Amino acid sequence: MALHFELVTPEKLVRSDEVYQVVVPGTEGDFGVLEGHAPFMSTIRDGEIQIYASAGAAPEILPIQGGFAEVSEKGLTVLAEKVG
Amino acid sequence: MASLKELKLRIGSVKSTQKITKAKQMVAAAKLRKAQAAAEAARPYGERLEAVVASLASKINVNASSPKLMAGTGKDDAHLLVVANSDRGLCGAFNSNIVKAAVTKARELQADGKKVKFYLVGRKGRPVIARTFPGLVVGSYDTTAMKQPSFAEAHDIAVDLLARFEAGEFDVAHLFFSTFKSALAQIPTEQQIIPVSIPAGEAAAIDATVEYEPDEESMLAELLPRNVSIQIFKALLENAASEQGASMTAMDNATRNAGDLINRLTIEYNRSRQAAITTELVEIISGAEAL
Repeated sequence: MALHFELVTPEKLVRSDEVYQVVVPGTEGDFGVLEGHAPFMSTIRDGEIQIYASAGAAPEILPIQGGFAEVSEKGLTVLAEKVG
Repeated sequence: MASLKELKLRIGSVKSTQKITKAKQMVAAAKLRKAQAAAEAARPYGERLEAVVASLASKINVNASSPKLMAGTGKDDAHLLVVANSDRGLCGAFNSNIVKAAVTKARELQADGKKVKFYLVGRKGRPVIARTFPGLVVGSYDTTAMKQPSFAEAHDIAVDLLARFEAGEFDVAHLFFSTFKSALAQIPTEQQIIPVSIPAGEAAAIDATVEYEPDEESMLAELLPRNVSIQIFKALLENAASEQGASMTAMDNATRNAGDLINRLTIEYNRSRQAAITTELVEIISGAEAL
């Protein structure tokens, strides 16, 4: 059970990991993505992205700014203009 | 013939020039590697964004209500040429090639009766364009403070351009920069950035059941300005790599020329030195014989 998660900024590929769950701050509300999520696309607002490496673990929190998230059968890709 | 002292000075000065060009060449080589790595790192973002914009665009019918960035203003009168140059010289024909491409395009557009304006990024192209097309430079962006192109910079340029577009200053924007092919070859490139040209054919890759939040139109309206920034960012990175490549090649040539010149001057120096010695000897011998 792993979700392939990529976090990309214009300057570089920040993360490319297998994780359990990611909570993304969407424009119309936060949403959590687990493995096997239906194809989905959303713009994101400035906020914090929470990355859960495993089911019970404390989330890793990264502030991100502007961009969008895309969920496909390959996993979750977050394109952000600025991370951190 | 130049005197011995003059020749010696000349050789010294060429040698120090050679040192400078050699140092500049090595600096350019190191910077080129960095610039190439930066261009490489920026690729994933650009590719993904392009794919998403293409798939979104394929789902929307272009009509009067669709975003102006995509459909255009409906006119084709005023063209803005965005010319990206470097801030420093010593890089061969790099800047003049880009400027030449822009000037050719501007002449073509003017011949078609269109209005042409310039927006300059970087310092080097300004004098030439301001002289060739006086009064047509409407804006510029100063990059002298930046060591490496950053996204923030590209974003600032995009915001400025979009504001001008919204204000109706122009209908079409072209971006001129240099594509990095290798250290030996940089190709001056023209790209239309506004309205966004949608790459066709890639759209089919993403299947139709994707859900969008918010809906497709508002998403596209949000993504298109981003797309402009990223295109500019990509161009700036390509330009940075090309500049270093061109600089490396130009400095390599200069170093070699200086080497040749030193060889020639050294031979001339030795010849005249020997001639002087021979004359002196002849004078002494004939003086002794006369006694």
